[in-house]
Amino acid sequence: MRPLSHAERVFTALSHREPDRVPLALNLVLRGARELGMGIREYFQRPENIVEAQLRLQARHDSDVLFGFFHAALEYEAWGGEVVFAEDGPPNSGLPLLPRSAPLSSLRPPHIPASQGLRKVLEATAAMKARVGETLPILGVALSPFSFPVMQLGFDRYLELLLEDREGFRRLMDMNIPACQAWANAQLAAGASAIVYFDPLASPDLVPRELYRATGYETALRTFAGIQGPTVTLLASGRSLAVLDDLAATGTLGVGVGVHDDLGRVKAACQGRLTIIGNLNGLAMVGWTPQEAERQVRDAIARAGAGGGFILCDAHGEIPWDVPDDTLLAVAEAVRTWGRYPLAESPVHA
Amino acid sequence: MDSAQVQFERALLSMDRIHCRSLLEEALAQGDLGGVEALVGPALNRIGDRWEAGELALTQVYMAGRICEDLLSELGPVHPAPAAGSPVIGVGTLLDQHQLGKRIVLASLKAGGFRVLDYGQGLEPRELAQAALRDQVPILMVSVLMAASARRVRELRDALGEGPDRPRLVVGGAPFRLDPALAGAVKADAVGHTGLDAVHIAQRILEETCAL
Repeated sequence: MRPLSHAERVFTALSHREPDRVPLALNLVLRGARELGMGIREYFQRPENIVEAQLRLQARHDSDVLFGFFHAALEYEAWGGEVVFAEDGPPNSGLPLLPRSAPLSSLRPPHIPASQGLRKVLEATAAMKARVGETLPILGVALSPFSFPVMQLGFDRYLELLLEDREGFRRLMDMNIPACQAWANAQLAAGASAIVYFDPLASPDLVPRELYRATGYETALRTFAGIQGPTVTLLASGRSLAVLDDLAATGTLGVGVGVHDDLGRVKAACQGRLTIIGNLNGLAMVGWTPQEAERQVRDAIARAGAGGGFILCDAHGEIPWDVPDDTLLAVAEAVRTWGRYPLAESPVHA
Repeated sequence: MDSAQVQFERALLSMDRIHCRSLLEEALAQGDLGGVEALVGPALNRIGDRWEAGELALTQVYMAGRICEDLLSELGPVHPAPAAGSPVIGVGTLLDQHQLGKRIVLASLKAGGFRVLDYGQGLEPRELAQAALRDQVPILMVSVLMAASARRVRELRDALGEGPDRPRLVVGGAPFRLDPALAGAVKADAVGHTGLDAVHIAQRILEETCAL
């Protein structure tokens, strides 16, 4: 088979056919600060930094996608939150947007043109698109209306709302869904090829499936109906197996699966419906040797690679700051060695 | 498990506060505080275990703990009051603002009859260490959500020092579940993944330190 472009490779895999090799999707955005010799706060100040670093790191690892994403706290900031920067990790959200006693009606969705942070993401996405055209897919990211309230209200208050105040939940979704759609569509208009719908609460690790069906699933259906492009759903390290049928029914193209998911069982359940995105353990990766990285990649491909429908990625959707460069290069090399179709017979480790 | 225990666990999982309350009141009416403990402790333990096994969601663990906490508070003390000088366990969330894990641990420890001191959330490592040393807590339980916060447990551990009476550091939270080697890397004394773990670890550490 002739070598495919990055975009052809990804879209063939998403079509549940075998491309020339397993696509690799490493989100290396945060590590771009180190690449440019900058502190993390300084790095995120200018969209040009993200573009330059992304392109360099993509070329070095032969990764098959670019991320327009900066960090998850950016959307929270656009709603009025205060971002907390760290020296060696992703910016974090501070206190919940709403004090415990404040009513939901005091939340104010962002106006994208007025949000400096969101505008920078759009500028970076457009600049990447101008540089790579159609050869490399660019992934935008939108926090799901269903999971974002963890930042809006705090985890505990949101769970209480979800379980005990369904009318309040509905009003919150009525506010969050249009905001999510607008943000996703702005990224698509700027050049993103697809939207990563970041929805950790869809995982049965956090919310029981029956509750998800009545809340998060309905929210995803409503949200996707207004997003003018393809989506993949990321559960951010959570298990996915019990909700795969539901996720497939939302129309999403792929699912990011957790480290505790059995890739073989997930593959059997997803066959032909959802592309599997995952599931290297980014946290454990910090301690991997290059040999361990190769073994992990080989195992993941052996479990989920056959027939396409598989994109190798970490389980969370962002490579941690302190994963050694050599480990990431070993991951990239192992995909080229063991991910070439037709796949070689490869032992699956228990 | 007896019938009441099964019913209580089911009622917790379906968030049926009225049924939970009536089962606790029945146990109390028999004048037996142990009967209440026999309902609450095992139910929370089994729910925590089932979450760890992937059978239940964190939502259910949290709400079960909160219902127990609320009902025990409404019904009055079901444990003999801890002696004035009995050890206090410090609990806090390092750096992150999310309190879910901390609240689950607090509920479990309280249900287990421990005295607890809630240090809050969004705490800097040095700030939390100073508070724990000031209060001379024998055990400090720390919850984190973000991986970057988990790595900074090492700073907290260093700030606690090496004295023989330093608080023993117990960690929990998603990063420690996802990477079993992480607790050792940050020099934690123990790692727990459920409310039951917190109770067992606290019992073990207190037994060990009393035996010294």
